[in-house]
Amino acid sequence: MSAVAIVDNGGGNVASVRFALERLGAEALLTNDPQRIRAAPHVILPGVGAARDAMRRLAESGLDRLIPALTQPVLGICLGMQLLYAASAEGDTPCLGILAGAADRLPAAPGRAVPHMGWNQLVPLRPSPLLAGIAAGDYAYFVHSYALPPGPDSVASCDYGGPFTAIVSRGNFHGVQFHPERSAATGARLLANFLALGS
Amino acid sequence: MRDGQVVKGVRFRDHRVVGDILELAARYRDAGADELVFYDITASPAGRTVERAWVARVARLLDIPFCVAGGIRSVGDAEAVLGAGAEKVSVNSPALADPDLIDRLSERFGAQCVVVGVDSQTLADGRAPRYEVYENTGDPRLARGTRRDTLEWICEVQARGAGEIVLNCMSSDGVRGGYDLAQLSAARAVCQVPLIASGGAGILEHFRDVFKTSGVDGALAASVLHLGTIEIPELKRYLAGQGIAVRP
Repeated sequence: MSAVAIVDNGGGNVASVRFALERLGAEALLTNDPQRIRAAPHVILPGVGAARDAMRRLAESGLDRLIPALTQPVLGICLGMQLLYAASAEGDTPCLGILAGAADRLPAAPGRAVPHMGWNQLVPLRPSPLLAGIAAGDYAYFVHSYALPPGPDSVASCDYGGPFTAIVSRGNFHGVQFHPERSAATGARLLANFLALGS
Repeated sequence: MRDGQVVKGVRFRDHRVVGDILELAARYRDAGADELVFYDITASPAGRTVERAWVARVARLLDIPFCVAGGIRSVGDAEAVLGAGAEKVSVNSPALADPDLIDRLSERFGAQCVVVGVDSQTLADGRAPRYEVYENTGDPRLARGTRRDTLEWICEVQARGAGEIVLNCMSSDGVRGGYDLAQLSAARAVCQVPLIASGGAGILEHFRDVFKTSGVDGALAASVLHLGTIEIPELKRYLAGQGIAVRP
């Protein structure tokens, strides 16, 4: 099997994503080479950092045009998921525009610290192969200050002072707001489900 | 952590070896720990950066988040640790010496990657309790008060972009007499980002009390887990039974 392409966008969590894939027996290639990304059976867009920075880096390597044209399964993780949408309020940044909607800042409130950092429960919204073996109430690990409201493409939500999109799918594009690479057995299952897509 | 091994002290002194990093990391992962924090306690006093090799080994092993603390003085230091697979970096003494470091880290990596560790000592000189931030606490010979008020420092680091605060209450550390609920409640009142209690866990009830009384987002424990006094599955079952939401 050829390697999963992890888009190297200068963010933080690429190593942990690669290690998570290795634990599943999948080979991973860290790259921003358009040709290798186009040829990979699966593409992961990770993301730690700020939206504006991340979009600038994607634009520099021409990936802002390449990614929306990919036809294999693509998974955006955390900021990588938010980049799939039209825009982010973080730095008023236009994003890849594959999904409709814009990430907005989570409002802080008493008893609800922002960033949302920690384990929280998944609420399935509609059937999806990404949810195979994952039950309502399973915990995943979240670290984010911005979020997407649930929409027509949402597969699962999470509640943190209000619901937000935890898993999204539209065609071959998928995204998770949490960090599957750090979500223990639930995260490993999500990644395995993603790798099973399109095969 | 010191020289590749996990150590634990009492009130930040007299550290003894409790095990190998990777073995302990795997043990806590399998026991259901929600997050691990690795403190390289000799990094700041010795003026060196945490070594990177073990970070990648830990990242390969763990499927839960982990944070690395110890001698991170620059964006470059943090980049190396995050690039090796850590979720977060925690800064303590270097942030006291150069508070702007917090702003730079937050700007580069986002607030969610930036934990500020605060080592705080209760001052018993006045009528109302006051709390003072200490620095270089990894080495008893170099540890000293900074004359910074703990609550003011907690406000400042949030304004500078800290995404999480770990408050180590030094007078209760390692003695297993319970978390410092008064100090943690005072910190909670001024802390809008996740607040993690550290120092003093001894029995199951201490964990319940710190969540229920002080409203912290997480509780960090070392001694009771390293010594096996409390097992994580038992602790989680107990907390769930007390109506506290925990990942099973």
